[in-house]
Amino acid sequence: MVAQILFLVLTLAAIALFTVNLRKIIRNIRLGKPVDRQDQPQKRLMTMLRVAFGQSKMVVRPIPAFLHFFVYIGFVIINIEVLEIMIDGLFGTHRIFNGLGGLYNFLIGSFEILAFTVWVSCAIFLVRRNILKLKRFSGVEMKSWPKSDANYILITEILLMSAFLLMNAADAKLQLLGASHYVNAGAFPVSQYLINILPSSESALVIVERSCWWFHIIGILAFLNYLPYSKHFHILFAFPNTYFSNLEPKGEFTNMASVTNEVKAMLDPSFVPAETEPGKFGAKDVTDLSWVNLMNAYTCTECGRCTSVCPANITGKLLSPRKIMMDTRDRITEVGQNIDKHGAEHQDGKSLLDDYISREEIWACTSCNACVEACPVNIDPLQIIMELRRFAVMEESQAPGSINAMLGNIENNQAPWKYSPADRFNWAQES
Amino acid sequence: MEFKVPTMAELMAAGEEPEILFWVGCAGSYDERAQKITRDICKILHHVGIKYAVLGTEESCTGDPAKRAGNEFLFQMQAMTNIEVLNAYNIKKIVTGCPHCFNTIKNEYPGLGGTYEVIHHTQLIQDLINEGKLKAEGGESFKGKKITYHDPCYLGRGNGIYEAPRKALEVLDAQLVEMKRCKSNGLCCGAGGAQMFKEPEKGNKDINVERIDEALQTNPQVIAAGCPFCMTMLSDGIKLKDKEQEVKVLDIAEITARANGL
Repeated sequence: MVAQILFLVLTLAAIALFTVNLRKIIRNIRLGKPVDRQDQPQKRLMTMLRVAFGQSKMVVRPIPAFLHFFVYIGFVIINIEVLEIMIDGLFGTHRIFNGLGGLYNFLIGSFEILAFTVWVSCAIFLVRRNILKLKRFSGVEMKSWPKSDANYILITEILLMSAFLLMNAADAKLQLLGASHYVNAGAFPVSQYLINILPSSESALVIVERSCWWFHIIGILAFLNYLPYSKHFHILFAFPNTYFSNLEPKGEFTNMASVTNEVKAMLDPSFVPAETEPGKFGAKDVTDLSWVNLMNAYTCTECGRCTSVCPANITGKLLSPRKIMMDTRDRITEVGQNIDKHGAEHQDGKSLLDDYISREEIWACTSCNACVEACPVNIDPLQIIMELRRFAVMEESQAPGSINAMLGNIENNQAPWKYSPADRFNWAQES
Repeated sequence: MEFKVPTMAELMAAGEEPEILFWVGCAGSYDERAQKITRDICKILHHVGIKYAVLGTEESCTGDPAKRAGNEFLFQMQAMTNIEVLNAYNIKKIVTGCPHCFNTIKNEYPGLGGTYEVIHHTQLIQDLINEGKLKAEGGESFKGKKITYHDPCYLGRGNGIYEAPRKALEVLDAQLVEMKRCKSNGLCCGAGGAQMFKEPEKGNKDINVERIDEALQTNPQVIAAGCPFCMTMLSDGIKLKDKEQEVKVLDIAEITARANGL
């Protein structure tokens, strides 16, 4: 009974803490500017099913795709097991679903195989990160927390899976011994090989089984609460992020409506623009970005596929699309913390541009969309870069000199080069 | 030119309308290398007897570099002025040799009141090949030559057009080789996003050099391009590597014109 109460308290506390943190993140995302992503629900649903559920963009790199698939499918399916653990924990039952008979054995058997493949995949991922030292996982932005974050996640998953398999092994051995409470249920294709390393006394086995059971469920509850602080948040946000992702051609940039009004008024003096509230052009800070940009930042799992295909980054320039997303997340988190501490009106004098992302980074972008194409969950770092450029150019008139010269040429000569408009058709006269 | 390139103003004066407007773009108008591509596109249009016209001096920058540099004001000024001209001429269909013009007119002009059917010249060439109007006969033979095609970002990833330029190369009976980074994984030439008009940020290599190194790994005789910016960047790379004699950088339109003896 004590165990049940303890279990209930722990579960409720974990869920409560997670809810508080999740609500903060949603509040932070809502600090972004509105953008309509409610259109074409069917196409959005299909995009989500294809990209997030179907993992369609992972397959570009077959080895991590294969390993990630096991971890992903393991995560999704093992939730059925977690459901049983929850019920057993709350009601003091043991293997409540054993009434399913053959199906139950099949389920437990598959969970074991999945747990094993998750274990192996995570181990390989650890090797790739720490021993093979894949270039993609390094970079200036991948120091300290982001670097350890990945290792913590992988080690936790390995420990959780180990506990699950050990628990089953102890359970199987207890079943063989005919221990009371341990009903004959389940199939143990993987953990049967662990039986020999376990003690043979019933009481010791019960201790192993219970410890692993508690470790496994407490681990899951703790992991749930680790998510909001971690890049691992993508396991939840990948779904809304792909649903609300941009459906237009990648080459198409937004036409700013506020500018359209002013330009119309300039070209046609009789045009009376609709009243719009004055706002900034482009983005200086995260709150000038759209909520989709901010959701993107929380979804980013820092895999670095964007950075590894970025032509600027490949050639040694400062720009890293992954850093753009990480900076955006760090800054919006900071803005959120400021609100929690000092209220909504508080200004800390910092901004995304300059304090986090430098001018050199934004001007190195060729807008080639390689980062957008590469992201397995449809994150768009390019949009953030463009909004920062818009601020630099339209609010501050701060662009590299040659860019200003180009803009001047377009204004005066209707071409980015300094040629006379009268010479525009000269090509037809030459052979 | 052996024939006169018709302008919209002339056609209108004669009470005629073209089937398609050829949007030349700033590079195609002023850049010496790109002018050759422009003239070859005209030769192709003339050869197959499509009734076309250009805007000539009435054309103006689409605003693409201004927009990608972040100057939305200048972009929309350009866009709306161009849309006024295009709409005044009742333009329905546009072909262009520049993926940047293509992307801007196709995707960004509709929201500002300019909706047209826009195709890139490689798509026109693909259609003409499909219709049997272009055959890759009667001119220079590319048979067996090693050709690698560089995907322009604003045509490929930007708008998903990968097949049309390749189709134009397939009819040549040449040996087509793909670079390691191609199609949706293609590497930028380094000129997009207004980079064409500024010095690159400091790094350890220029992007066009990285791309040329990759292209040269395929041992090509021809590097095929479909964008005047890519043309500049790739040609510069080839010059830097001192490979001008062995490797030619040619636009799909130039290859097509040569193969058809135009």
